[in-house]
Amino acid sequence: MAKKKKKVPGLNGSSMADISFTLLIFFLITTSMDTDMGLARRLPRPPEPDQEDVMTDIKSRNILYVRINAAGELWVKDEISSGQAQLGDLRERVKEFVKNENDLSKLPEKHVKEIDLLGRCYVTDKHIISVQTDRGTPYNAYFQVQNELVAAYNELRNELAKQKFGREFQYLKDDEKAAVRAYYPQQISEAEPKKYGGQQ
Amino acid sequence: MPEMNTSSLPDLIFSILFFFMMVTTMREVTLKVKFTVPAGTELEKLEKKSAVSFIYVGPPTDNLRAQMGSGTRIQLNDRYAEPREVMDFVAAERKGMKNQAEQVISIKADQKTQMGYITDIKEVLRKSWALRINYSATRRN
Repeated sequence: MAKKKKKVPGLNGSSMADISFTLLIFFLITTSMDTDMGLARRLPRPPEPDQEDVMTDIKSRNILYVRINAAGELWVKDEISSGQAQLGDLRERVKEFVKNENDLSKLPEKHVKEIDLLGRCYVTDKHIISVQTDRGTPYNAYFQVQNELVAAYNELRNELAKQKFGREFQYLKDDEKAAVRAYYPQQISEAEPKKYGGQQ
Repeated sequence: MPEMNTSSLPDLIFSILFFFMMVTTMREVTLKVKFTVPAGTELEKLEKKSAVSFIYVGPPTDNLRAQMGSGTRIQLNDRYAEPREVMDFVAAERKGMKNQAEQVISIKADQKTQMGYITDIKEVLRKSWALRINYSATRRN
């Protein structure tokens, strides 16, 4: 009698799809898709022990003060004017200050600077924007000011990039970017927060 | 009518699964503070995930409020910390990194936080030479 060959029954794989679906859904829930974004800033180097206060020997025309009080209100001061300001006006104010298009004597002084690709330029590289906060200033007010400052620089850089290279800043090559950055260096100084006005 | 062959369905789903595993990140810490980050326009993406450390600032989450109160707290890893402990945190994080020079500290702080806390953290970060920071935010138009 010939022995019948026994066939091993195949594993039923129809539930595999369900299992992998379950895994998929588990991962969808436990992980976060959102890419983290934020405003990138660079802190100044820690002060040397014997370092003097450099703010004292900067010409007052070169400094734009932006103060944010505990109520989140802005106060902007340069040589031309000082007083309360609205967040919406800050960007134009900063652009005007950094650019100093007409070489006014009350806006930052201009220097001749040799920049690769751009040649000899008159730039306001000595300007400083000083942001001062109170310990009670809401973080959001500070953030919005920082955002506007970065926006002002970005717009200036974009204008220059379009004018000189015909493209927006983000599409420039690395050496072109460096040139534009050298033309409009970001100089934001953050002084120690003062405790003027407002509760702690 | 012949039945559709579904034997490749698991493979298909698995590929989707692997795709998701690659592009997403596991939530690495359990949040003990509650925060809504501010919204900005000039944001940049955090490029190198492996070089980023997070500092969370905000009031304690609802279930911890009974014990911890509602004052602003700073969270490092899985616990509350004082601003001066940021220095050790930065050093420890830096030790585990391949590209230590590219270390970025992302500050995820609640909109209503008082600047005093942020400034304290920034001062400590400066002292510990962690100069590249990132104020975490969401995009607005």
